[in-house]
Amino acid sequence: MLLIPCPWCGRRDEAEFRYGGEAHIARPADPAARDDAAWADYLYLRDNPKGLIAERWVHSAGCRRWFNLLRDTVSHRILAVYKIGEAPPRGEFGGDP
Amino acid sequence: MSQPFRLASGGRIERSRVLRFEFDGRHYEGHPGDTLASALLANGVRLVGRSFKLHRPRGILSAGPEEPSALVRIGDEPNCRVTRVALQDGLRAVSQHAWPSLRHDFGALADRCAGLLPAGFYYKTFMRPRALWEHVWEPALRRMAGLGRAPEGPDPSRYDHAHAHCDVLVVGGGPAGIAAAVAAGAQGARVILAETLPEFGEVADRDALAALPEVRLLSGTTVFGLYDGNYAVAVEECAAGRVRQRLWHIRAGRVVLATGAQERMLVFPGNDRPGVMLAGAVATYLARYGVAAGRRAVVFTNNDSAYRVAALLEQAQIAVAAIVDLRREPGPAARQRGHGTPFFPGHAVVATAGRHALRRVWVQRLAEDGGAVEGARIALDCDLLAVSGGWNPNLQLFAQAQGRLVYDGRRAAFVPAEAPPGIDCVGAAAGEFDETPPLPLWLVPAPGRAFVDLHNDVTADDIALAAREGMTAIEHTKRYTTLGMGTDQGRTGNLAGIGLLSQAAGRSLAATGITTFRPPVVPVGFGAIAGRARGRFSDPVRETPMHDWHEAAGAVFENVGQWRRPRYYPLAGETMDQAVRRECLAARDRAALFDASTLGKIEVSGRDAARFLDRLYINRWDDLAVGRCRYGVMCRDDGMVFDDGVGTRLGDNRFLVTTTTGNAAAVLDWFEEWLQTEWPELEVFCTSLTEEWANATLVGPRSREILAALAPGLALDRAAFPFMAMREAAVAGLPARLFRISFSGELSYEINVPAECGLALWEALIAAGRDYGLVPYGTEAMHVLRAEKGYFMVGQETDGTVTPLDLGLAVKTADFLGRRSLLRSDLARPGREQLVGLLPDDPGEVVAEGAALIADASASAPLAGHVTSSYFGPRIGRSFALGLVAGGRARHGETVWAAADGRLTPMRVAAPVFYDPQGRRRDG
Amino acid sequence: MQRFSLIALAGHALGRHRAWTPLWRKPAPRPRYAVVIVGGGGHGLATAYYLAKEHGITDVAVLDKGPIGLGNTGRNTTIVRSNYLRSDSARLYEHSLRLWEGLSAELNFNLMLSRRGVLNLAHNLADIREGRRRVNANRRHGIDAEWLDPAALARFCPILNVSDTARHPILGATLQRRGGVARHDAVAWGYARAADARGVDIVEDCEVTAIRTANGRVTGVETSRGAIAADKVAITAAGHNSVVAAMAGLRLPLQSHPLQALVSEPLKPVLDCVVMSNAVHVYVSQSDKGELVVGAGIDAFNSYAQRGSFPVIEAQSAALLELFPMFSRVRMMRSWAGIVDVSPDASPIIGKLPVEGLYLNGGWGTGGFKATPGAGHVFAHTIARDEPHPLAAPFALGRFASGALIDEHSAAAVAH
Repeated sequence: MLLIPCPWCGRRDEAEFRYGGEAHIARPADPAARDDAAWADYLYLRDNPKGLIAERWVHSAGCRRWFNLLRDTVSHRILAVYKIGEAPPRGEFGGDP
Repeated sequence: MSQPFRLASGGRIERSRVLRFEFDGRHYEGHPGDTLASALLANGVRLVGRSFKLHRPRGILSAGPEEPSALVRIGDEPNCRVTRVALQDGLRAVSQHAWPSLRHDFGALADRCAGLLPAGFYYKTFMRPRALWEHVWEPALRRMAGLGRAPEGPDPSRYDHAHAHCDVLVVGGGPAGIAAAVAAGAQGARVILAETLPEFGEVADRDALAALPEVRLLSGTTVFGLYDGNYAVAVEECAAGRVRQRLWHIRAGRVVLATGAQERMLVFPGNDRPGVMLAGAVATYLARYGVAAGRRAVVFTNNDSAYRVAALLEQAQIAVAAIVDLRREPGPAARQRGHGTPFFPGHAVVATAGRHALRRVWVQRLAEDGGAVEGARIALDCDLLAVSGGWNPNLQLFAQAQGRLVYDGRRAAFVPAEAPPGIDCVGAAAGEFDETPPLPLWLVPAPGRAFVDLHNDVTADDIALAAREGMTAIEHTKRYTTLGMGTDQGRTGNLAGIGLLSQAAGRSLAATGITTFRPPVVPVGFGAIAGRARGRFSDPVRETPMHDWHEAAGAVFENVGQWRRPRYYPLAGETMDQAVRRECLAARDRAALFDASTLGKIEVSGRDAARFLDRLYINRWDDLAVGRCRYGVMCRDDGMVFDDGVGTRLGDNRFLVTTTTGNAAAVLDWFEEWLQTEWPELEVFCTSLTEEWANATLVGPRSREILAALAPGLALDRAAFPFMAMREAAVAGLPARLFRISFSGELSYEINVPAECGLALWEALIAAGRDYGLVPYGTEAMHVLRAEKGYFMVGQETDGTVTPLDLGLAVKTADFLGRRSLLRSDLARPGREQLVGLLPDDPGEVVAEGAALIADASASAPLAGHVTSSYFGPRIGRSFALGLVAGGRARHGETVWAAADGRLTPMRVAAPVFYDPQGRRRDG
Repeated sequence: MQRFSLIALAGHALGRHRAWTPLWRKPAPRPRYAVVIVGGGGHGLATAYYLAKEHGITDVAVLDKGPIGLGNTGRNTTIVRSNYLRSDSARLYEHSLRLWEGLSAELNFNLMLSRRGVLNLAHNLADIREGRRRVNANRRHGIDAEWLDPAALARFCPILNVSDTARHPILGATLQRRGGVARHDAVAWGYARAADARGVDIVEDCEVTAIRTANGRVTGVETSRGAIAADKVAITAAGHNSVVAAMAGLRLPLQSHPLQALVSEPLKPVLDCVVMSNAVHVYVSQSDKGELVVGAGIDAFNSYAQRGSFPVIEAQSAALLELFPMFSRVRMMRSWAGIVDVSPDASPIIGKLPVEGLYLNGGWGTGGFKATPGAGHVFAHTIARDEPHPLAAPFALGRFASGALIDEHSAAAVAH
């Protein structure tokens, strides 16, 4: 079971969290300006990477706050945790956040 | 003579106490500390089971979880591994998978037809005719397969779950494990040491561990799974009391795997008879249980470890008829053997005899290249063949944690290569064997059936067949032959199977690799895994503050998610239809009371509360006056209706929105997700109030009078308290918020009080309403009343694919979640299914909900929709329904057919409102 | 192809089974093919078979990065049924079920299809409504479907806990009698052998590392065993479809998740049908070897690891015991996981991709096994004719832009 590093509560069992899918998918500021295909892109298209993914989690059974993780979808290793609105950290990742 | 094979002394058993047990109706004795296996062996019981496919007679091979054949039924519980069952007084075991008896099993016919039953035989036949497969062959195969019978009665045991954290989890209480635990504990680490056996170590070890306060010992505990983040799960056998097993969930900083090594079998013709045992197990029965597994033993080995066993046998005065070593040049350990012991280096056992108990083996010299046997066959009488084919480090947990294994040719075993972070292997588990290399001869090259996997009766020929048919990938061979797929996980035979496959495929063993290790390492009962999450504890039960009153009033309840809601309140002798009819008429004609406490309630406040709600709902909120209410509908961003409810403006920056019962949590989550992740610039606070307020909804033309008696300070005339307004006042002396919201279509007051006052409010209303004929009504009547008004219900008229436009709702022009999606071509097309009313031609016939709707009565008419809600309306005096019909709004007046239960019922499409379309009664 | 039959088996038994030949060849890949299928699972192999059999196209290679059939085809809970809700789905799954019914004979390989009945349980009034709706819709499509009340249910599945003191009592169930289970490995091997016999090359241990295109048209693939030119490339690599499509610069509306399953120790026959429940979330059947085969919902996070978390196992074990308390002392023997690519409407994506000559059959999520013959059949047609088979047309990728989604979350009966 994943050990998720909530930025506010510390490392907690995965069972306390809800998954929010890929991160950094901003709702278009002007939906009317998007055609159906572009609108579908926003609604449905995802990278679904095999490897590093930037994803969202919410600590539903705890502080109920959303945050981002950088995690490897093959090893499940969590490389970084960062707040909503921040950009994913770049570069080498050592140790556990 | 009792226990003829129990040694006069030795073993960690309590000889002063005698336990009585039965096997297949015969009575035996044993001692505390025995397993069922050691006790059976002590009593000379050799034949214990029948093998899975061929029903061959089998005995006890081992002393641990690797036991492939000795599975029995104890009481009502099947597939009990005799080596893992602690002997209890009064234990009654019977053999399984044999009929009519263990000694004379009809299933042994399969052994005679073994030629017709090679690996995968069932793929090659029974194709035609299909009926014969389905009605004859498959049922027969199913009956021949399986092992024990499922329990018939309820499980009397309870199972607990426990959770723990530690710095170091040490798995295995052997010397390496104890050393690791002591070392870590001495540095102050919190340590958990888990060991399968009920006791571990010598006295000195136990004292050393007891002296370390942060070291917790879990004996009788087997770690069976190691998951991400060093999260281990283990099952503890509880000694006495009502809890039979405890499931441990352990989050560890580091894991030390001191899981030891597993002895392998050798593969030679006749290697599965009762009396053929792992050499290490023979030693275990001697040392731990004081049991001789036979009187006259032959030791057959490819490595040094068996010589210690031979020495132990001789010390216990059991004759060692011979030591047979595959190696021409055995290592220095061979010098340990007794002087007079016949010694056969470079030889192999090539055959055995003794159907229900071993009585003889034959030995022959192995050719130099190991490819054949040569010379004379030497017969050796014996009742015990102690076999050692080498040792495999126990790396199941290591591999589960993504540890990489590599084949070590010198040790002839898979050993750990890279450890994942936070995991160490120590001792034998790390491949630290202090011995001369074994000889990895995977098959003794002599004629006759040689078993690789004893549990599933997989022979060396089966492996060769799999390779011959192209199943050269180890995972294909495993699935094709079922190698290693039994309850013993193939521990004693997998490596030989991999070795034989490699040879057949002309590939190195390292290149063939090993199949994936998966939890559980040992089989674990579903009861233990479920723990206390049974019955009432499997899902929380949610009840409103008025629940006890509803029960006492004889309400019939329905489950709505986790909630218990009254469905109707039958009087003595009433059917559901009668009760619902009475409740509806009371609501329409006089007064009725409904418990609406389960609806979600969320307070949305802050500077941007209105702006926020505007972005989510199809309707506006910013222009709602303080103290007024408005019905709102929310979509997901794909345009589909998600939830609805009535919102009330409590202040400039304060709203109270309601949600459907089922979606309360989901809507709050939705609000918070958008606020935190998309619109953090908005200042909005959301507070769940669902369980803070009870809601008693007073409904009907006399409701104003009833309320007036309880709320004398509140002006109730239409001008002072209009429809869709909210007032605060004391009702029955209780602080209340009153909302003139109507889901029934009648004059209606939703009266909210703090939850702890809910029952008092309810009782006060019941009392005040008595003179007016007030009755309580449940969800069923609630459904009928709202349906007569054409009010849709989320989850009934909608299923995640219905838009507000489909429901005939108007949406605002400003953007909101879902608006853009409504413009997509398929969501804007005219032929979409739309909400309509439906009136059966026969006004007395209620069409079933879920009936399919078709435009014409022909057999090939395509589906045009379905009936979503359908009732008999007591006030309108006829049956009616709501439904979704393709292009429905353009079809008012047309006939459609409802198809259900093989019948077609004509219905007329109409506007979805059947009662008081102007809303006069609601406006009161 | 050596013909399989009881007589053949007996004949070979006399020769101690030394004369059996490989079920399929293992050729090295040729430098070019007319069609390259990426993904050697049930769907890919079935597609190759139908390309050869129905369309006479045999210049086909099926590529798999490992041995065939070890992805989701080898990891599912083997349920076969066609009782989906929406018309488009129902037609496609029913097409597949009808192919299943003759498939063992057609492939001359016993797939061990067991049409023992599939129950979908109802535990509340909403479930009843949804179940009856599905039964009525199914019957309009000529799919066998019945509604059982608790008494009839107790007769059909006597060991089911229909007591009204259960936490979520069973109020009824839908039954598809023609639904049941089949042996998953056999499907891969059966199609492989039959396709191979018709000249299809099955190339194992051949991982596609790049898709070559020129002027908006596919020209071939790069693999771990060399470059292969192709006129058409068909992607059907469940779980990895996004990875492969990305090689052609395409993003898909798919998310890959773990789906765990488990088996119990073998028991004598005790459960004679398939039981599925949404509200008490678990589905279970008993294999011909005697093991209970149990599954439930996906792990929520994205993963390609083929493993999930233990709470999922706990939850499905608890659900299993709510439905069958008698299994409390039965033991879990083995668990595993696959990688399911889940689409937004729990329906597959079948058809052409925005690159000429590139096709996709994916997004089957948790429900691909039952569709193996049907998907292979319609996908083969789509590839051969370069236009969607009528049954596949509603499942085109374009439905996400138009909004014509085919929502099967409820009928999929697997929590997403």
